Amino acid sequence: MIAIVDYRAGNLTSVARALHFLGFACRVTGDPGVLREAERILIPGVGAAGAAMASLRENGLDQALQGAFAARKPLLGICLGCQIVLGRSEENDARCLNLIPGRVRAFPDGLRAPDGRRLKIPHMGWNTLRLRSRHPVFAGLEEGDSFYFVHGYYPQPEDPACVVAETEHGIRFPSALASGSLVAVQFHPEKSGRPGLRLLENFCRWNPAGGTGGAGPC
Amino acid sequence: MLSKRIIVCLDVRDGRTTKGVRFRDNVDVGDPVEMARHYYEQGADEIVFYDITASAERRGILIDVVRRVAATIFIPFAVGGGIRSIEEMRAVLLAGAEKVSVNSAALRRPALIDEGAAAFGRQCIVLGMDVLRVGVRPGIASGYEVVIDGGRRPTGRDALAWAEEAEARGAGEICLNAIDADGTQEGYELEITSRMASRVGIPVIASGGAGRPEHLRDVLTRGQADAALIASMVHFGTWTIPGIKSALHQWGVPVRLRW
Repeated sequence: MIAIVDYRAGNLTSVARALHFLGFACRVTGDPGVLREAERILIPGVGAAGAAMASLRENGLDQALQGAFAARKPLLGICLGCQIVLGRSEENDARCLNLIPGRVRAFPDGLRAPDGRRLKIPHMGWNTLRLRSRHPVFAGLEEGDSFYFVHGYYPQPEDPACVVAETEHGIRFPSALASGSLVAVQFHPEKSGRPGLRLLENFCRWNPAGGTGGAGPC
Repeated sequence: MLSKRIIVCLDVRDGRTTKGVRFRDNVDVGDPVEMARHYYEQGADEIVFYDITASAERRGILIDVVRRVAATIFIPFAVGGGIRSIEEMRAVLLAGAEKVSVNSAALRRPALIDEGAAAFGRQCIVLGMDVLRVGVRPGIASGYEVVIDGGRRPTGRDALAWAEEAEARGAGEICLNAIDADGTQEGYELEITSRMASRVGIPVIASGGAGRPEHLRDVLTRGQADAALIASMVHFGTWTIPGIKSALHQWGVPVRLRW
């Protein structure tokens, strides 16, 4: 069973709908016991890091996720769920799960495009990935595939080897991370058409413990 | 680099699409779910449904449409038309829409924007605005006045002032429809679009007047819009989304080319 963590952070149903469309059974749950039973876990979410972490702790979900990571269970963080896997977030100065050492940073003010246009924050809309390393969850995706983003903060891991992909928005920022059995993406694969569905399907079939491909050096 | 978005607009009445929509292929022209699926496969970056259902009792039909659309298309879509309360927003978002668009109701009660942003996040809240060029006059410093109730009722509000207020209250985007250009297929209203897009810090979606790919190019470059809404030019089969995107790409406008 694939679990989708419910920590009262935004619309969880769109991820469930995408998995259903792909033919995978999943369960939206806020119960740490269900997470321990699950074969793999998705951490979606939109909203603020502080409230999200408070909700995870209140329900014991933080420890369940840390335990799942230690047990090499496949985990996929999406958007806010990508940010809270780092150590700390500048948003609400929130202490996070620290599955990947690093911090979540706000986009700086006054960003401009190469042609001098003022760029808007949050970074919202379709943007492309520059793939930095090969990873089984990104199999079949090509340079130039577009994904849908909505965020004002971005993840910055301490170890650059954790960065699977980067994206440009005034600065080049890490838009996909991987470490062990964890993959974290700043964009919304469930809202990114065919390439997004491909990524979700890859994740649902991924077996990081089973030698189906390197989980990365990190 | 962030792409400029092409957003397809579908008018829905009592659960069916309306207003001169005509396809040549096998799409049921009345079924918004099939049409949304068609545009999704054609590479639309986003879809917006405007509900023009006359009676509140039939609102449930729209929710069912939203639910069925959400099960088959995996790009963001927005729903607008007559949304007046947090409860109505919640119903649409829970059914699977990414965003809700508010227009006349927000002008009558601006706190609706604050409440929606607080409850669901500002990225969910699109302020729709219909504007009419009236010339500079007292209270209308920009020369563009906001009109409501489908363009029939003037409000005395200045378009740029209302845009700034909506942003401050928590709107995540503004969909700016220029009544003078709407339905003409002669091009978007570039002047107010560029003035608004450079004034606010949130994305501006240009609406009204699209007839040819050049019109999108102009509003996405000189007009400084972040996204362009289209309807008739694709509903009638005159243009296709891949054709429009390929033209924009050749003119150097960044668009999503693979989907």
